[in-house]
Amino acid sequence: MGKPTDLVQGTLDLLILKTIALQPMHGWGIAQRIRQVSADVLQVNQGALYPALHRLEQQGWIRAKWGESENNRRAKYYSLTRDGAEYLRQQQAQWSRLSVAIDLVLETT
Amino acid sequence: MRWYYKLSLRLRSSFHPQLVEQDLSEEIRFHLQHQVEESVAQGTDPEEARFAALRSLGGLEQVKQECRDMRSVSLLENLLRDLRFGFRMLWRNPGFSVVAILCLALGIGANAAVFTWIEGISLRPFPLVGHQERLVAVVATEPPGNQAGGSNYNSISWPDWLDFQKSSTLFDSFIADPIMGTTLSIGDRAELVAGSVVSSNYFDALGIHLLLGRGFQPEEDWGRNGHPVTVISHWMWKERFHGDPAIIGKTQPLNGMPHTIIGVAPDEFYGTFVGRPIQFWVPASMQELFIPRGYKLEDRSALWVEGFARLKPGVTMEQARAEISAVAERLQTRYPATNRGRGVEILPLWKTPFNQAGTLLPTLEIALVVVFLVLLIACANVSNLLLVRAFARGHEMTVRLAIGASRGRILKQLLTEGLVLAPLSAAAGLLVAYCCRNLLIVFFPSSGGMVAHLRGEMDWRVLAFSAGVCLMSTVLFALVPAIQATKIDMAGSLKSESGAVVGVRGRSRLRSSLVVVQVSLSFLLLVGAVLLVQSMQRTRTADPGFATRNVLTTAVNLRSAGYDVQRARNFQDALLDRVKTLGGVESAAFARVRPFSYATYSSAPIAVDGYQPAPDERPTSEYNQVSPGYFQTMGIPLLAGHDFTPADDETAPAVAIVNERMVAQYWHGEDPVGKRLQVKDKWLRIVGVARLAKYGSFGEPPKPFFYVPLRQDFSMRTSLNTRTMQDPGTVATELAREIHALDENLAPSEVITMRAHIDVTALSSQQVAVALLSIFGGLALLLAAIGLYGVMSYAVSQSTHELGLRMALGARASDLVRLVVSHGVVLTGSGVLLGTVTALALTRLIGKLLYDVNPRSPFAFGLALVVMMVATLAACFWPAWRATRIDPARALRD
Repeated sequence: MGKPTDLVQGTLDLLILKTIALQPMHGWGIAQRIRQVSADVLQVNQGALYPALHRLEQQGWIRAKWGESENNRRAKYYSLTRDGAEYLRQQQAQWSRLSVAIDLVLETT
Repeated sequence: MRWYYKLSLRLRSSFHPQLVEQDLSEEIRFHLQHQVEESVAQGTDPEEARFAALRSLGGLEQVKQECRDMRSVSLLENLLRDLRFGFRMLWRNPGFSVVAILCLALGIGANAAVFTWIEGISLRPFPLVGHQERLVAVVATEPPGNQAGGSNYNSISWPDWLDFQKSSTLFDSFIADPIMGTTLSIGDRAELVAGSVVSSNYFDALGIHLLLGRGFQPEEDWGRNGHPVTVISHWMWKERFHGDPAIIGKTQPLNGMPHTIIGVAPDEFYGTFVGRPIQFWVPASMQELFIPRGYKLEDRSALWVEGFARLKPGVTMEQARAEISAVAERLQTRYPATNRGRGVEILPLWKTPFNQAGTLLPTLEIALVVVFLVLLIACANVSNLLLVRAFARGHEMTVRLAIGASRGRILKQLLTEGLVLAPLSAAAGLLVAYCCRNLLIVFFPSSGGMVAHLRGEMDWRVLAFSAGVCLMSTVLFALVPAIQATKIDMAGSLKSESGAVVGVRGRSRLRSSLVVVQVSLSFLLLVGAVLLVQSMQRTRTADPGFATRNVLTTAVNLRSAGYDVQRARNFQDALLDRVKTLGGVESAAFARVRPFSYATYSSAPIAVDGYQPAPDERPTSEYNQVSPGYFQTMGIPLLAGHDFTPADDETAPAVAIVNERMVAQYWHGEDPVGKRLQVKDKWLRIVGVARLAKYGSFGEPPKPFFYVPLRQDFSMRTSLNTRTMQDPGTVATELAREIHALDENLAPSEVITMRAHIDVTALSSQQVAVALLSIFGGLALLLAAIGLYGVMSYAVSQSTHELGLRMALGARASDLVRLVVSHGVVLTGSGVLLGTVTALALTRLIGKLLYDVNPRSPFAFGLALVVMMVATLAACFWPAWRATRIDPARALRD
């Protein structure tokens, strides 16, 4: 089915959750924000973004609501649920542990 | 809260798929617009920007599909799609569907029907009575050696019964309800109906609200014949009294005494005796009038009370048993003369020894096993059908696998197709069960004019049971083919299939083994059926130790007609004189109890000079009251001494005739004629020795038994036995005429030969078992033959090429027939072999239903083998014939 590998998938989830933690956003906005914040380092694969959003919604971490976009168009805005916020906290902590561990390994060798 | 979002999303996806789709399209469009606008703002050509946007998305439809997958729409939607597909498959293959549903309906229906019987007879036999799971039957136990009538259980005396009630704390109530019968005449109709002498708490304790009037009052338990009141059944109220709304307070003569009708039981309440509907109830104080042998309410040695007790909620059988046994032990110490060695036992309703629940239990157990086997056979058939279809759809499956369906997905699809089949069959099966719920009665002969009454009960438990059976069978029949189908070797199946050889194709191995299992199961049932039929034949021709052919028997109930003792004596003497003068009558005699009847013999403690009983032994024997000429009439030879004479009347010294077994046991084989026998506190002089006979059933062990003259131990309810060459019809008319001549209000009950009478009582439960096993055995045989036929015709159709080749090479039609039939015979042979091994291990389980038949009788196995082989040949015939019709040229060309 060509699903992204777990690491990439997990990472994308984390980025999405973190991005919409500040305010509700639509898909396009999320992709843009990630690019901007990471100073163009992280280019979200557009084809993977929407399936990820739908999966997160299905799992109950985020919820979607139709709203007006900045140029007055109907857009689907995603926001974090309470469970999602908790999930984000856990994932973030795990990511930090992981990256520290990887740094350690890389520095010692 | 997470589950709530999730659920609402799922529901939205399932029930508003178009809305979800619309959302998805709009969302993606929004994204694309932004992308395009951005590119255009950077100066790209709009058309070019659009393509770039689509490219960066990586395919519009793919993304959408991935989003849908993420929504797991697939789960429910796939199920619905599979169900729709399953229905379409059924619809498109009506032949397959009809056969499959029919097989399953019979299997499930048979199971549900037997369960309705078990529910209605064993588990919840009493309609309208609540909490039947807490009801237990209460019986007395006797020390080994004192067992009366071959049963371990006995009735209880009224004083003991009251003591149990008084001293037990774990029981809600004790409900006494011994059954009795009376001849009821209302207007010109006379009929034997069943009644019950009950404790006054009867209706209240059972929670039965009377339709009219009141139940019994506590004081109506007391006073010798002091409260002639009765509650009548709804049926009697409607049928006999035409639903008279002012019935309360009217009187009805019962056993010669006018009884005031104080209540009418509700419709659907048949009393608490499995097997007979009770038509009227009288309080315990009326015992003497309805239960023979005197006044017993103050006699601890008179055992006559049968009944139930209801446990308090939460009390276990063990606790209750412990408590009531302790009470029985205290009674033993306090009343050693009457209660020594007598214990008490409580039994669940389905083991009740004093009604049909107990007698039918082994039959019902066997029926349950048998129908389960039938269900297995039916499932094997449907499995086989599905397998054939799965093979026919091998290509479809392969393609599905090839384009990326997971094996789990295919398994799910095939199981769903089975799931479509199951509820349809279950519905049909329940219909079958509903039609058969009261069928048991058909096999169960009515006796003595009393209507037999056995009904199935179809309640939610039966429905739940059937649902369970249905679910289990779905898994059974659908799983095997489904797993088989997913094991498809893709490369192999995409190539064409040809060149099969009859019987050796690897794929048909599974189907063949299913057939082998079917054959072995139906062989097992056939053996069981033959054994039971054999046993019934043996019983039918068995010698009970008395003549059965030329003896006619009937009964005259003077008690119900309100005679007193003196009048009854005169009547009996006069009747006997008249009957003896009838043409063709060799001899005639009265007996209180006729052998092999439901009525119980008198039983009493006995003592013999010079016989020292063991410390725990209380010598007891059953005995019968007979008039002079009984032995001659019944063809029971006297081995020593002589028969009773008319001189042995109430004024003469008491005498007795003992049987062989009694001589062996108490006089060590010495001739006892002239010696003494103590019965209760009376000494009898022995005048004769009679040959041993069977007294209650063919299965009983040889037991001590003696006879006393009817005159010296009088009864007004007697059977009249006549030795004659005449047929029953002629004698019945003549007898009725003679009786009418003596008393125009009297009529004899049905006149039948002793053999017919024995058949009714001794064969009834066997007959039920034989009927059930024959029906289900035949059903199983039919199903197995269908299975065999299916496998054989499939094998032939798949090996057309090989058969054509053989023909082209010179094989004759007979060779081909032999080839096909021998394959079938090999299958059956393996099945029979397996079945024989199983049967050898299992048939002893029906041993208790068999009389004088070895459970491993070679005859039964042989006959079952022959029947099986005939069925095999029949099943193979058509496929074999088709094999010979193959056109070799075409077969080879194709």
